[in-house]
Amino acid sequence: MTDQTPALRLEGIVKTFPGVRALDGVSFAVMPGEVHALMGENGAGKSTLMKVLGGIHQPNEGQIIVGEEPTVMTSPLQAKSKGIVFIHQELSLAEELSVAENIYLGELPLKSFGRVDWAKLYAQTDAILEKLKVGFNAKTRVGDLSIANQQMVEIARALTVDAKAVIFDEPTASLTDAEKVVLFDVIADLKSQGVGIIYISHRMEEIFKITDRISVLRDGQYQGTVVTAETNEEGVTQMMIGRKLDLSRAAVTHELGDIALEVRDLSCGKLFENVSFQVRRGEVLGFYGLVGAGRTEIAETLFGLRNPSGGTIHLDGNEIKINSPADAIAMGISLVPEDRKGQGLVLGMNCRDNMTLPQVSDLTAGPFVAEGAEIAIFDQYRDKLDIRTPGWKQTVGNLSGGNQQKIVIGKWLSMHPNVLIVDEPTRGIDVGSKSEIHNLIRELAAQGYAVIVISSEMPEVLHVSDRIVAMYSGKVMRTFTSEEVTEDNLIQAISGITPTNKVA
Amino acid sequence: MATLSKQDIGKILARQGILIAFAFFIIGFTLANGRFLSPDNVMGVIRSSAILGVMALGVTFVVISGNLDLSVGSMMSFSTIVVLDLHDKIGPALAIPAMFAMTLCLGAFIGFLVGYLKLNSLIVTLGMLSAIHGLTLTYSGGKNMDIADKDGTWFDVFGQGTALGIPVPILMFLALAALLGIILAKTPFGRKVYAVGGNGTAATFSGIKRARTVFLCYLMSAGCVATAGLIQASRSLGSQNTVGQGLELEVLAAVILGGASLLGGSGTIFKTVIGVLILGFIQNGLLLVGLQFYVQFVVTWIIIILAVWLDIAAKRGKLWSNIA
Repeated sequence: MTDQTPALRLEGIVKTFPGVRALDGVSFAVMPGEVHALMGENGAGKSTLMKVLGGIHQPNEGQIIVGEEPTVMTSPLQAKSKGIVFIHQELSLAEELSVAENIYLGELPLKSFGRVDWAKLYAQTDAILEKLKVGFNAKTRVGDLSIANQQMVEIARALTVDAKAVIFDEPTASLTDAEKVVLFDVIADLKSQGVGIIYISHRMEEIFKITDRISVLRDGQYQGTVVTAETNEEGVTQMMIGRKLDLSRAAVTHELGDIALEVRDLSCGKLFENVSFQVRRGEVLGFYGLVGAGRTEIAETLFGLRNPSGGTIHLDGNEIKINSPADAIAMGISLVPEDRKGQGLVLGMNCRDNMTLPQVSDLTAGPFVAEGAEIAIFDQYRDKLDIRTPGWKQTVGNLSGGNQQKIVIGKWLSMHPNVLIVDEPTRGIDVGSKSEIHNLIRELAAQGYAVIVISSEMPEVLHVSDRIVAMYSGKVMRTFTSEEVTEDNLIQAISGITPTNKVA
Repeated sequence: MATLSKQDIGKILARQGILIAFAFFIIGFTLANGRFLSPDNVMGVIRSSAILGVMALGVTFVVISGNLDLSVGSMMSFSTIVVLDLHDKIGPALAIPAMFAMTLCLGAFIGFLVGYLKLNSLIVTLGMLSAIHGLTLTYSGGKNMDIADKDGTWFDVFGQGTALGIPVPILMFLALAALLGIILAKTPFGRKVYAVGGNGTAATFSGIKRARTVFLCYLMSAGCVATAGLIQASRSLGSQNTVGQGLELEVLAAVILGGASLLGGSGTIFKTVIGVLILGFIQNGLLLVGLQFYVQFVVTWIIIILAVWLDIAAKRGKLWSNIA
């Protein structure tokens, strides 16, 4: 393999933005017929590197070499003409048009007087689709396809040129397991045709399944390239964050307090039915299940965003009714929502204003907001949670995912809630900040907060929870203590396999 | 430090473009007509901008909350006609609060539709633009409204009076600007307006009552419109049914010119005041250099486009974008 000319080679790429060295001498090469993983935490420079490759940014130093030809990229279209094709995470297809029209958008075959040569268009498209072995044809409307099949259309689009390198950016983010298999087949196919593939993903499992080599970026710097078969998850993680990530099981190290929140037979239409559980002060209760199992809906009901159709909620032993988020907040129930940017933060506002938003009506001096008190709260929780920001005036949208999440957590902690619900605590957060958030959750429990953690990541639930509620299709299948739970019985429970009557 | 890169210049242009363009306008107009910066003319411009300005203050709240208000022009006609009519029927002392109450009802209705029923503000207020116009015509029977005894009333004080040598409309505009500026920048309500406009969902998830906040913004807008109607009626003591026609776009222009984003979440009262003055001075300058009155409609449009372009350019940090 080393004797060959690389399909695509990057040499000493440097890209600076005012005040930031986003890429600092990145060099690596993708061989024809190789699947090359590109990994790094959020903010490590992967996106910037892709933008340089696609001609959206011009590098300050270094060069891009396609085959043997040094190339200046000026736009994604020009990159494509050089044989460098991108398959983006977010699809860019015209849903109302046919598969064929999407694939040849902008370069439809024409007859005289600018009329489209439909026969030729469909024939060309079907030829490509045949190679991909997909179950739809050239005339199918793209909007009728599943996400996975839409991705196939993107890939088909890539195949209309003589691709030298194809770049997949988090391609499996919205695919089911079955769909992933099809995608991996296609990648294997491309590989056998001698195409070089750059595969960007956070999912270790996939990386180790399909890639040949792994290159890692950290803080814009190239950390090296390793042969996949010669390393393991731990090794790669260490390259990405510069240290080891601890995902060992949490040990209960403190006494549990009274029951803070108890839910009895709570139902909300068909979203979830007859859900019962309790959380004690000092305890982390994990909720695990597949997407659509009803976990987020329970959180939203407890936070007053949905009205339950049955059942009761008890706080410190007293039955309560929660009709709005304002009610929930007043009773000390807080929610760190799953969609941080959409639900958790006003991105255009500064750090301080975001943090004090729920209590701004109470932080007053006469009719005015007491800004001094606000800054004091911000400073206190910035130190407590180790939020890295130049100051409270910083716009929240400019912070990294991990720091944004800490702002949301700080927002609620500063109100000293009875119950803190955290939905997907580390979604879209880089590995390093992940363990910080995990430690934080454990610490909060130790301080006596009752914490509910909802997560789709099994290692995370196992790591932070004292007990785990396994949900399937709106029902609680089983509640595990941390001694009982294993990966196997947890997976069985959330897959709807009837709960065993084993008493632990 | 002293050297500016091309990128920096682009950024400054994008951020401060409107003020820079305004400075060029001022210099150009002053060279073309020496009277442009005379105290009389400056005072005249501010005075004639006062009505537009008062309306723009209220619309600033609505725009920051992420909505539009295109009904303010015909609502202002309504206020003017109503207060003039009631003046002769129940006397000015009662006519003024009655007119405010009626105008606030209109604002509350719009606030209910947009806030609580969550209807699209563009559709609601565009519809109200024409509905309120119809209401005004029905009320007046299509006739112009005049005060019978124009010399025997104190009602002209709001539009024609002066205090401390400054015309009352200017004082009202500045006082209201100060009051609303403080409400927006310093009170919990103001903070909520920014939050609701910046990200309504996140505001809800923080326990903020989004519907009520939007409702109150429309109520404030209506209050400003009523004040503008009062000044208008008091200035002329008689009015056509269409006195406020077209003002909704000029108001919006001033607010955008000041830098409030139509997407909501940003803008300040101070910036709106600047926007009002820029618009007023440019329109006045065009007249002074001898252009026809109606040229200003075209120029106003050009200014709006320029403002919107620079707003977007400031967000992406450069004037041009090669990404669609």
